[in-house]
Amino acid sequence: MIEVSNLTKSFRVSTREAGFKNAVRALIKRKYEYIQALSGISFRIADGEMVGYIGPNGAGKSTTIKIMCGILTPDSGECEICGRIPWKERTRHVRDIGVVFGQRSQLWWDVPVIDSFELLRDIYKVEHSAYRKTLDELTQLLNLNRLLKTPTRNLSLGQRMRCEIAASLIHSPKVLFLDEPTIGLDAVSKIAVREFIKERNRNSGTTVILTTHDMQDIEALTERILLIGRGRILLDGNMRELKQRFSRHKKIAVAYAGSLSSDMLSNCDGITVREEKMGRALIVLDSNLLTVSEVIEMLSKTVDIKDISVEGVTAEEMVVELYKAYRI
Amino acid sequence: MKVYLSVFKIRFSAVIQYRAAALAGIATQFAWGFLEIFAFRTIYSGNESGFPMPFSQLSSYIWLQQAFLALFMTWFYDRDILDAISSGNISYELSRPLDLYGRWFFQTAANRVARALLRCAPILVVAFFLPGPFRLSLPENGVQALGFLVSLALGLGVVVAFGMLIYTLTFYTLSSTGLWAVFAMLADFMSGSVIPLPFFPSGIRKIAELLPFASMQNLPLRIYVGNIAGSDMLIGLVLQCFWLLSLVIFGRLIMRRALTKVTVHGG
Repeated sequence: MIEVSNLTKSFRVSTREAGFKNAVRALIKRKYEYIQALSGISFRIADGEMVGYIGPNGAGKSTTIKIMCGILTPDSGECEICGRIPWKERTRHVRDIGVVFGQRSQLWWDVPVIDSFELLRDIYKVEHSAYRKTLDELTQLLNLNRLLKTPTRNLSLGQRMRCEIAASLIHSPKVLFLDEPTIGLDAVSKIAVREFIKERNRNSGTTVILTTHDMQDIEALTERILLIGRGRILLDGNMRELKQRFSRHKKIAVAYAGSLSSDMLSNCDGITVREEKMGRALIVLDSNLLTVSEVIEMLSKTVDIKDISVEGVTAEEMVVELYKAYRI
Repeated sequence: MKVYLSVFKIRFSAVIQYRAAALAGIATQFAWGFLEIFAFRTIYSGNESGFPMPFSQLSSYIWLQQAFLALFMTWFYDRDILDAISSGNISYELSRPLDLYGRWFFQTAANRVARALLRCAPILVVAFFLPGPFRLSLPENGVQALGFLVSLALGLGVVVAFGMLIYTLTFYTLSSTGLWAVFAMLADFMSGSVIPLPFFPSGIRKIAELLPFASMQNLPLRIYVGNIAGSDMLIGLVLQCFWLLSLVIFGRLIMRRALTKVTVHGG
């Protein structure tokens, strides 16, 4: 159980105008600015939930994660994870959590991956038999067999990320924080990582909190999303509801023979023609005003439809809409 | 304690990957050793009796110093740790159920011991077989040898505990090069790495011998060569323990303070 209420955190940043003169001036007198990274964040996450924590760059996602991991102390507010306050009982708290920072590495650069794993085993005081079992499981699921004996510096990004995720799970944490775990990965590795996270959540009941900019991650993994912007939680909702809310617009891609009188379509309320050339058109319709079948009927009257596909909004577009709606 | 041993082991194995660096180190230390010995030879050539150490003791001092340079060089810090602080990778280290001071202490110690072990053997062996006054001789008796080993370990502790202060200061200043330059020069000189402490003018020497820097290489090397013995040796060892404890306690205090204020850099 994770309970966060009214967390705030600000950072002091030194600032100066551009240019050499100002650089010299800053030697003598520094100007500081306070940046409010979090201004009153509250939410609750139940055991075994999988939550996507999204928001634009600089919204405060990583700050929240760092506070929940006990790395940063907030200015005010409360946070309790598994009955403990992270920054007050840091060493006890971090035994229960695992973290993956997608942009950083926790593996020792010069030595084979397995050595880093064994160090983690000793740090978390994992029993040897339990370690063997977890390692076998992780090796199989993440396909690490050939990677374990390779020094980290010789791994590709995708291979390394798989090892990083395994490293965060060696002590079988109850809560797993993933801060951009798929950043920079190719399609195959991304899918492997997603599958693994899903499986871990389902079978081991690990609570997962995921921050990412990759909406496919969110779509594939989480039911619930928390949207953060300018240091506040703007939205806490279910993925499907959100989609419905934003799925007024549908895209129809059509291939046809004959000539499409785009005037006729454009004059019709609720239809916009995005593209039209060489027998292909992309039409966006507002489902509050028109139904899909009405549009298809209209199209089939004027042209000979060869191929047609209807799509709702993608998660990506939805987030853009969300950011726009909340002006962040 | 076992976990610190593991930290020690992994740092050790990471360092011994670099054989070429070790070879280069050995060559440098030989060059330095000869250079210093020849320079002192020229100074000694007039009248040997006026100096605080017989030339043969000085030769042993210099060779040991070169062989164990990695244990005692004050201008050496663990790059991984400094980078972790300034790049923000420290996030990972703070998300472990481990005391950060202890972890870094053993990591730095391992780094130094691994480097020293890779480099010392050839230097010691060759130095033993050098002719006459230039050679490294064995300690006079078992007590000196034992005192040397104990003092060597304590001295390493003092050097590492001193380095921990620099790591902690990096939390506040980010770029540690400036601090390095100041502390490294000061500590290097006052520890007797440029000129052994017995050669200092007596007033300055008396003060220098009480400072923590004298508890670094000065004491073990002088015990080995027989320049410090008997009750002086005991006093020296007690002083070493005192400095080690004080530095560790002070270092832990300021690190705890730094960690409550820490800002993790880079997203």
